Amino acid sequence: MDVAFIIETIVKIVVILLVFSALAGLGTYFERKVLAFMQRRLGPMHVGPFGLLQVAADGIKLFTKEDIIPQNVVKSIFKIAPVITAATAFMASAAIPFWPQFTVMGYTVHPIVADINVGILYVLGVMAIGLYGPLLGGMASANKWSLISAARSAAVFISYEVITGLSLLAPLMMVGSLSLIDINNYQAGGITNWIVWSQPVAFILFWIAAFAETGRTPFHLVANDHEIIDGFGTEYSGMRWGLFFIGEYANMFFISFVIAIIFLGGFGDGTIAGAIQLLLKVAFFFFFFLWTRAAWPDVRPDQLMWLCWKVLMPIAVINIVITGIVMMF
Amino acid sequence: MNHEEPFTNRNVSESSAYYYVDIETYPTAGWDKFKQVVKRTFNGELFVGLWVVLREMIKFDIHTVQYPLEKLPIGPRYRAVHKLLRLWESGYERCIGCGLCEKICISDCIRMDTRIDENSRKEVTEYSINLGRCIFCGYCAEVCPELAIVHGQRYENASEQRAHFVIKDDMLTPLDLLKAGEQAEYPGFGAIIPGSDASVKKTPLAY
Repeated sequence: MDVAFIIETIVKIVVILLVFSALAGLGTYFERKVLAFMQRRLGPMHVGPFGLLQVAADGIKLFTKEDIIPQNVVKSIFKIAPVITAATAFMASAAIPFWPQFTVMGYTVHPIVADINVGILYVLGVMAIGLYGPLLGGMASANKWSLISAARSAAVFISYEVITGLSLLAPLMMVGSLSLIDINNYQAGGITNWIVWSQPVAFILFWIAAFAETGRTPFHLVANDHEIIDGFGTEYSGMRWGLFFIGEYANMFFISFVIAIIFLGGFGDGTIAGAIQLLLKVAFFFFFFLWTRAAWPDVRPDQLMWLCWKVLMPIAVINIVITGIVMMF
Repeated sequence: MNHEEPFTNRNVSESSAYYYVDIETYPTAGWDKFKQVVKRTFNGELFVGLWVVLREMIKFDIHTVQYPLEKLPIGPRYRAVHKLLRLWESGYERCIGCGLCEKICISDCIRMDTRIDENSRKEVTEYSINLGRCIFCGYCAEVCPELAIVHGQRYENASEQRAHFVIKDDMLTPLDLLKAGEQAEYPGFGAIIPGSDASVKKTPLAY
């Protein structure tokens, strides 16, 4: 392990942290704008041109707000919970290739922090650990709504881990590798090689589960404003609440990358055109998260569990069996 | 604006605008429930919702009023902070100091002081409205025989002191604006109805 490698890795980590923290902020801006346009409003308009500096204003507000630790909370757990959410979101990004490799001044850069051979397993595993943020934060908060939210988040995340895992199994059987680079290269031949054509059911199942994993609107019951205030975030203020927020938005971006790489060809053959296509695909999936929030109602917790265990899981299992039979003959 | 109220008849009948929504009975048997789930899943209701919001986004028919920069028009009969008007020709105050507004004010917030000036004309020396008590009922404007006190259109009355809005000199039309012809007659409460001359009849003195 030479010094150059260590320096390169640290630079990559810093770049990913900075870019996706900023993107999380911009994500809130786009969410507010898109939701506003869909509801025939203008959204933020006053801070900066078209309200673009609203992100900076919100950031300054979050950073300078008093960090309140309420009475009766379990202090150490209460303090660490938002860090778990944000940290696991960013840790998961370590195995995601954000861009094809490119050469700068004779030095080949791989825009992935660690190309480990169990990439997707690592990404899903670390994202699953993100469950502890809402769970511990909600349980430590000494607040009924937070407690309900913690219980719901545990139920939802664990249930939908099953769907993400089972739906990914079929494409992984076809590719024969867990590395996201290998999965991408498997589809390098162009649009006809995309896994979405051979695994449409797995694609839709994973997409549905992505909504549950990130806690976005049709499955937003973890922090459903009209029933449980802000759920696990109710007692948080200032930057600790902001960390939950950054974690949620970073997760949305990372899961969009994962969907685009596994099912929609990723960056293809590694040219600049392919890389830009990857960003467009990610932008579409991110936009879809906002789009559904404007269009669809939330489901009840029992409906969510029903959907997971009685509908999606059987379909995922049948999908795996059929894939196995097709691959055998 | 000709707004037609569709629900003139609020009794449910054949001719009323109300109608019963056709709701199918909920299935009880397992197989029927399954069929309902399949039907609801594949008839594309979710995409209808997605299309509706996307259509609104593409049409970009924004209804936001950016308030401090843009304002909605308010009705002519809107009753905001009062104004005192002047006579068009002479520029004198219209107020003759009769005290009717002070008398009729149900929240007792108008006070005036008068004196006889050198032309033997009654002059109003002090005129104040306590906006903290005023309920903007419009009785003062309605009772005023000279159309002197009227309601203005100024509804933004945030200030360090509300008394600032009802200093007599501020309510009174400035002379330069009057000369420029910019004093607006008030079409609202207490104003003369258009064409009211035609309806004036001789007062019957004997019954």
